[in-house]
Amino acid sequence: MAGTPASFPQAWRKRTTRGELLLWVGWLALVALFVFCWEVMNENTMWFFVVDAPAQALDLGSRMVPPRWSYLPALMKPLWDTINMATLGTLLAIVMAIPVAFLAARNTTPSERFVRPVALLGIVASRSINALIWALLLVAIIGPGVPAGVVAIALRSVGFIAKLLYEAIEEIDASQVEAVTATGASSAQVIDYAIVPQILPAFAGICVFRWDINIRESAVLGLVGAGGLGLALQDSLNVLAWPQVTVIFVLILLTVLVSEWVSARVRHAII
Amino acid sequence: MTTASPANRTVWRRPPFITDPRLRWAIYGGAVVYLILAFATIDVNWVRVYEGLDRGMRFVRGFLVPDFTSRWSDIAQGMQESLTMTVTSTVVGILISVPIGIGAARNIAPMPVYLFCRGIIALSRSFQEIIIAILFVAMFGFGPFAGFLTLSFATIGFLSKLLAEDIEDIDEAQAEAIRATGAGWWQVVNYGIQPQVMPRLIGLSLYRLDINFRESSVIGIVGAGGIGATLNTAMDRYEYDSAAAILIMIIIIVMIAEYSSSFIRKWVQ
Amino acid sequence: MLRLVNLTKTYRTGDRALTDVSLTVEPGQVVGLIGPSGAGKSTLIRCINRLVEPSSGQVFLGDTELTGLGRGALRRSRRRIGMIFQEYALVERLTVMENVLSGRLGYVGFWRSFFRRFPPDAVSTAYRLLDRVGLSDHVDKRADALSGGQRQRVGIARALAQDPDLLLIDEPTASLDPKTSRQIMRLIVEICDESGLPAIINIHDVALAQQFVRRIIGLQAGRVVFDGPPDQLDETVLTTIYGEEDWSATIRTAHDDDAVDPTEQAEGHDERETPAEILDRERMAGLS
Repeated sequence: MAGTPASFPQAWRKRTTRGELLLWVGWLALVALFVFCWEVMNENTMWFFVVDAPAQALDLGSRMVPPRWSYLPALMKPLWDTINMATLGTLLAIVMAIPVAFLAARNTTPSERFVRPVALLGIVASRSINALIWALLLVAIIGPGVPAGVVAIALRSVGFIAKLLYEAIEEIDASQVEAVTATGASSAQVIDYAIVPQILPAFAGICVFRWDINIRESAVLGLVGAGGLGLALQDSLNVLAWPQVTVIFVLILLTVLVSEWVSARVRHAII
Repeated sequence: MTTASPANRTVWRRPPFITDPRLRWAIYGGAVVYLILAFATIDVNWVRVYEGLDRGMRFVRGFLVPDFTSRWSDIAQGMQESLTMTVTSTVVGILISVPIGIGAARNIAPMPVYLFCRGIIALSRSFQEIIIAILFVAMFGFGPFAGFLTLSFATIGFLSKLLAEDIEDIDEAQAEAIRATGAGWWQVVNYGIQPQVMPRLIGLSLYRLDINFRESSVIGIVGAGGIGATLNTAMDRYEYDSAAAILIMIIIIVMIAEYSSSFIRKWVQ
Repeated sequence: MLRLVNLTKTYRTGDRALTDVSLTVEPGQVVGLIGPSGAGKSTLIRCINRLVEPSSGQVFLGDTELTGLGRGALRRSRRRIGMIFQEYALVERLTVMENVLSGRLGYVGFWRSFFRRFPPDAVSTAYRLLDRVGLSDHVDKRADALSGGQRQRVGIARALAQDPDLLLIDEPTASLDPKTSRQIMRLIVEICDESGLPAIINIHDVALAQQFVRRIIGLQAGRVVFDGPPDQLDETVLTTIYGEEDWSATIRTAHDDDAVDPTEQAEGHDERETPAEILDRERMAGLS
């Protein structure tokens, strides 16, 4: 192999000509798609309003300050409701999600052919629909108020918790399950002794994480009639009471920050 | 070994998770008190719930026999807005997120840039899409343009944060090796960092596309265009079969998006 | 005591792991099962307690035919068969005591085991076994806080807690260093001798097998190709089992207590991944 150096090629390219061409076609298609979507979307856009937006923003800003802090005491009950919707909704979701997760996990499902797809469909359906839409439905069905919010949060969270939990179940160490099975334990005992200890930290982390998200979501559920801070927000928006809106925004922000901090602390303590 | 003869010990208790008994009982007690208070303050209007059962049944029936046809033009318009909003906002969101994400990575950005970019991320992440949508609708008027801005803004917070964390988590040795060849800052980013974070960035972008679609079905409730507005109207008119049709379409599109994005992610990696 | 008759296992992929294996293990007899990787050693011992379902053939434990049992009866029979695993297979996040008590699961009802309220005799047996394997000071520690040798001792105690009639032991020393390997093997053989317990030990370290057991079965491609005392293991036999290789060193070290087959040392690793217990950011970010 002691060839002359001149026999090596002088040009080097990362991709073949064909590959490069395909890449460019791909990018071009993406740009075309974007332009097309942009055109379709803005068919009815009033560009006059868009140009006017900075002025509107300034106007809005001037109306939002100073915040009406005296409104704060009236928000304490909605805040309590918001926290309750998130917490009780999460608890309800956990109760429903645990069996679903065990039915959906490949290694614990009673039937991979029939039961697992049904469980997965339930998970997808729950996850694709935003809590606000669930709330919209539930307010129509069981009437406005905190219960609709609790159920909406729960229905949205079931899919989330079940999905992460079944992935955790599928990742467990099978040899521990084998060892407990080999002692002559029943299936319930195998779950209790071999599976639960392995998924417990993940499970706790998932629940706290979802609770944190639920605090955010339950803060706005009231916009469609399901109790909490969102309801106060809706009332204030209806009468264009922008100084009150500012107070609500600040309160939501604080709540979210606190819940994020709590969830980070708890997850840290568990793991 | 042990002082007592082991065979004499017939009781064993599992060591408690929280070792300090006072703290343990305080936590249990606190949880019980909270639950009692929380349940006590929920007032359920059972009469209303009972009346609602009938509507619930109608809704379930609507799901079994969804009505796509009678409101089809509204649904088509809403879906068109949702889908176009999703695509444009994701693309614009990604384009803005990449520089902000790089700027928010502590290991490659100078301090002032870092703080500025982190500030933008915090601002974008602190409010739900729906609240941002309310503000944008107030500024830009009703319609999908406000929705597009909302989703782009939310995408920035999501993508830049994860991208920045990714860059901070990269294998320093690879960037170091490129730096050692005498490469400039841009070359380090291009050769030492980009290859490491690219697959993840693509994965996250696809995932955000999916989220943006789901969100686009909601922000219509406050007037920012998309299928949410159609859904809201259908609910207001008690047309549960049309509402069910819309929900079914949302679920199907999300499923398609999820499947194809997992497929693309596998292909990229 | 244990009798296998024409045991055959074909996996669903079509791989034939065992072909017509017939053998008998007498009470109190400790059998070493040797053979190359993939010879079917693991499959063989798992077919005995039906963690792997045999395709055909029969397994008798005493007078019971294990192969014909229904679920409940199989569970009751599994209580009589203790099993010790290659990577210990302890439930890592449970305490040492819970791991040992899990050997009693077949004897107690679900709620008793759920609340960890085992009968007094089970608890005292567990204490006695932990004392026997030298772990009295680690009762309340979590299993993942122990060293490899200690974990395998817990695994032994768990198997003995079942009060078994037979021990199945799958590569007990595969993840241990040479010294600990010998201690563990010695412990197992001693315990079997003390209570006249028959055992089948899967082992790929020929020298270790020769040192500790008095009957060796050689498995090659799912068939029994050797069955006899360790001193009959000569170059021809090893070549039948493992294939052509220079066996002089292996045979010599078999008579030398401290020398170690160098290839074994290289394999004495313990790099098993801990189960994913940390929610990694990607999975969390991947959903909302």
